[in-house]
Amino acid sequence: MNYHFDWSVLWTGQSGQWLLQGVVTTLEISVLAWLLALGLGTLSGALRTVPFAPLRALATCYVEFFRNVPLLVWMFFWYFALPPFLPQSLQDWLFNHGAEFWAGTVALGVYHGARFSEVIRAGIQAIPKTQFEAAISTGLSTGQAYRLIILPIALRLIIPPATNESLNLLKNSSVALTIGVAELTFQTRQIETYTARAFEALTAGTLIYLALCLTIAFVMARVERRFAIPGMIARVGAAEH
Amino acid sequence: MDFAVILKNFDFLLLQGLLGFGNFVGGTLRLALPAMVIGFILGIFIGLGRLARSAWIRVPATVYVELFRGVPLVMVIFWFWFILPIILRLPLPEYGIALMAFVIFEAAYLGEIVRAGIQSVPRGQIEAAASIGLSSAQTMGYVILPQALRNMIPALVTQFIVLFKDTSLASIIGYVDLTKAAQIVNNREIRPFELYLFIAVVYWLCTYAMSRYAHYLERRLTPA
Repeated sequence: MNYHFDWSVLWTGQSGQWLLQGVVTTLEISVLAWLLALGLGTLSGALRTVPFAPLRALATCYVEFFRNVPLLVWMFFWYFALPPFLPQSLQDWLFNHGAEFWAGTVALGVYHGARFSEVIRAGIQAIPKTQFEAAISTGLSTGQAYRLIILPIALRLIIPPATNESLNLLKNSSVALTIGVAELTFQTRQIETYTARAFEALTAGTLIYLALCLTIAFVMARVERRFAIPGMIARVGAAEH
Repeated sequence: MDFAVILKNFDFLLLQGLLGFGNFVGGTLRLALPAMVIGFILGIFIGLGRLARSAWIRVPATVYVELFRGVPLVMVIFWFWFILPIILRLPLPEYGIALMAFVIFEAAYLGEIVRAGIQSVPRGQIEAAASIGLSSAQTMGYVILPQALRNMIPALVTQFIVLFKDTSLASIIGYVDLTKAAQIVNNREIRPFELYLFIAVVYWLCTYAMSRYAHYLERRLTPA
């Protein structure tokens, strides 16, 4: 193998700027999608445990349909298939304001919402049923019991599997490059295209992903220790796929 | 909406895209099945390596797992796509590159499942096997692995579902799987809604069947 390394391509020309822009876009799409996923996941995860069958069925349909289809297909679906059904004015606005970014955010958020839902459901089911009954017996409505008692405990229980899922979301944001979102993997490829330095560009991208994942894992481990409920954290198993 | 486009291209989408019969070397299943089998075999070695007593084996296995679990699959596919032809000094077909990327990547996840499965076997089993005179290789082969395998079946099926869905990413480097087949048809017909909805349903049917089977196994294998 006679490959001559030239690491200077990473800081000469525009490469450094591209990498930085890539990191920023990756973080933007991940944070927005994460908020959407957490909202959808908490709502549907809670609905899957309520004592009212139609709501449970609705949440189950959402989870089973969205998490069993590849994210890449959802990206194409939200970006290519849905916009033609929107009103013309909204379409124009979208395509002037980075439609691929919003389609990617929605695809990532809705897909991971279905996966978060399973984590949150497992968390709620790990709470003893008597906890819910005690809440009801003090005069809280079902909605209040969930909002004030069940969800605050469940969200603290699920920190380890939720961290895992959040890291999956960050890594899966790379799939958005297929619809043209200029995130980190996209920029890595761009550097490769301009400099023909595949090894150096990929190494830079890989190290940045590793650094992001390790940092988040480290921060979340501290958060977990801070919010742990003694004796309860180990009850929730790892999330399903 | 005009779903006739699906009927017109039904053979191409399913035979070529899903199964891999046709003019292209392709097919979601032709990639997913060997990746599962070879990835699992490699995963057993990774899992055993993670539990090895010698640090010379344990540390590299741990680094392998942590490295591949910290990097997006898309990135790994690009690594193989750019680097393999340079290292091997010969042009490789997309199929070979995709298969290698999936095997290496999934082995990290499967290795963790194997490790958890082995650790779920009670220690007394190892001591009992040693006390009847089995060597450590025999203990692993006849006593630990068969029980561990049973414990890891649900997690394993789950990971296979993930792998099945992930094979859609092979279309990024031009491998003609179900997703790429839909893209090819869409370039000609411009019917994104019908085509992407159709392949979503096909993927869904395959993965949902697998996940039902996983639930069934879980119920059957969990001691009451």
